[in-house]
Amino acid sequence: MRLSQGPARSIAELSAESRLTRQAMTKHLRVLERARLVRSRRTGREKRFAFRPDSIMELQEYLAAVSAQWDGALERLRTLVEEGS
Amino acid sequence: MDKRRIDKEIEIKAPVARVWRALTDYREFGAWFRVKLGAPFALGQTARGNIAYPGYEHLVMEVQVTAMEPERYFAFTWHPFAIDPKVDYSQETPTLVEFRLEPSPAGTRLWVSESGFENIPAERRAEAFLRNGEGWAIQVRNISEYVAQNP
Repeated sequence: MRLSQGPARSIAELSAESRLTRQAMTKHLRVLERARLVRSRRTGREKRFAFRPDSIMELQEYLAAVSAQWDGALERLRTLVEEGS
Repeated sequence: MDKRRIDKEIEIKAPVARVWRALTDYREFGAWFRVKLGAPFALGQTARGNIAYPGYEHLVMEVQVTAMEPERYFAFTWHPFAIDPKVDYSQETPTLVEFRLEPSPAGTRLWVSESGFENIPAERRAEAFLRNGEGWAIQVRNISEYVAQNP
């Protein structure tokens, strides 16, 4: 079950499904909420999050994600070249 | 700084010739870029292969080599996250990836840039990340790095 399918879920439920701590998950959801990819609703004491199916990812968020992927790829390049044959 | 392109600069402790080979030999490129290309890079030609990144193995990556100036400049264009078989991505302007190399005291200075993101339709940016079943995990991992760099 993932955020992109099904009903809104709490931070506890989402953290349980991933390797992230609740603290990290809260941070990520905040970024995604700011990017208008997810929306939240308070039900009782807890906030529940759901994916916004028609969301538009802002260019800056998209670039940040692609930039992070490049960081990973270039580290793998460095490792391959410096430590390999 | 142009906020619509990505620019990276790293120093690698190895000779320029070695780094050039890691960039332009299709098997070495595939090992660190995480794609299983089927044939060598050739100027003006399209190199094709499946992404070898966990969760994205069903995606095919296609790059068109636009420049190969030995040991100094390697460039290609591609469509990031061209994942919908119903969409004709050839109608969209691809992004340009450029690698520039220079010898440095420690070995090699490598610049990598990717530009042309403004040409990707807005509705495709979110779709590209969130369509895939594993997209959520990938997205969160990427965002965690973003958050770590932008506290």
